[in-house]
Amino acid sequence: MAAAVGKRTPGFVREVTTAERSNAMRHGLSGRKLNRTSSHRKAMFANMAVALITHEQIHTTLPKAKELRPIVEKLITLGKRGNLHARRQALSTLRDTKVVDKLFSAIAERYAERSGGYTRVLRAGFRYGDSAPMAYIELVDRDPEVKGAEDKARAAEQAALDGELAAPAEES
Amino acid sequence: MAVPKRKISTSKRNMRRSHDSLKAAGYVECPSCGEYKLPHHVCESCGTYRDREVAEASGI
Repeated sequence: MAAAVGKRTPGFVREVTTAERSNAMRHGLSGRKLNRTSSHRKAMFANMAVALITHEQIHTTLPKAKELRPIVEKLITLGKRGNLHARRQALSTLRDTKVVDKLFSAIAERYAERSGGYTRVLRAGFRYGDSAPMAYIELVDRDPEVKGAEDKARAAEQAALDGELAAPAEES
Repeated sequence: MAVPKRKISTSKRNMRRSHDSLKAAGYVECPSCGEYKLPHHVCESCGTYRDREVAEASGI
């Protein structure tokens, strides 16, 4: 029988074979597979964690939001620990130095006084098409400005360019 | 092959279906905009939850 001790990687789900399941109780089984292979899950949660830390709020399905919650909370704990080992551990999940920098500076500072419970999951209706329950997952005390900041900046830049192009045309 | 011996009467069929009816979804009034919303959900019309959590301002 497989040991109940789970690998400490994000999105790890202990799998049980069909033969095992026939006479085994569900002890030590936790987590959702989300119809994905282990590597697919790992990659997906890494991407989602990066998105959540960058934007501080993301819209996703309720089960994914619930699975993401402990992953991000553990990353924030690493950020608060703040040493080189913790930074490398965070980097092994996130694979993005910019996001890890934010995690170890702004976010670590913000949650210095808070012991856990850094994220919040809010239900948000059902998706058109497959009726999947949707949710917002956000960092508690989030900064609403950073959500989509990069896209907004690019849109503003494009609008300014369009304005410049349009202005001389009006003069002639 | 096993096969039904008798046609099921309309009465028996309807009695079986007496528990099949669907229940209407619950709803509450949004405390900030007064629109009907699903309980424990972010309000779809004003994007708030518990008066403060502005998730997104989108009108429907």
